[in-house]
Amino acid sequence: MSQHLHIVCVTGTREKLQMAAMFASVAAATGDQVSVFFSMNALPFFIKNSTDEVPVEGRFGELMEQEAGVPPFKQLFKHASELGDAKLLPCSMALDLLKISEEALDPELGPPTGLTRFLSDAEGGQLLTF
Amino acid sequence: MSESKTIDARDTFCPGPLMELITYMKQANVGDTLELLSTDNGTASDVPEWIKKVGHEMVSSEKVGEVWHLTVRKSK
Repeated sequence: MSQHLHIVCVTGTREKLQMAAMFASVAAATGDQVSVFFSMNALPFFIKNSTDEVPVEGRFGELMEQEAGVPPFKQLFKHASELGDAKLLPCSMALDLLKISEEALDPELGPPTGLTRFLSDAEGGQLLTF
Repeated sequence: MSESKTIDARDTFCPGPLMELITYMKQANVGDTLELLSTDNGTASDVPEWIKKVGHEMVSSEKVGEVWHLTVRKSK
């Protein structure tokens, strides 16, 4: 049965972004509705032409950087959006603080979403936070 | 006429092989057969799970040496 999965990405580390992207891509590909909310230190990595260098938390982050066969998290989020219609929603407050608009972000992201809207959409669904 | 295609996803990690399969599955026609090659053990259990949930047909699954050969047919 299809369900609605809500993912909140707030941490700017490789492990957290990778795990969130794995959940998003697999759930979206399986037919679940997926909404990912990006805020805090997770959001800047989705600004166009931003660095691929993401801080690691520990051993797994290092391992993932060494292994060429690990699909990059950005590619997985893109898969989630293209193959499974996942919504990748930037936090409107974070955009305000960064003083950037939606156009400055990767094209898969949008529209800017506030907490009230996200919480109301998430009501009754599953929510994972990274 | 149905076609067969082999997708080489060896040396990529979860969920890379599954995503490769899904990408090709979207492009395939109903009745086409896809064979996924993967060295990722998790993929061998993830692919049948996905096939079951989405409603395609798992044709065969076998490990030859270090490589999983997962054959699926697009059913809808």
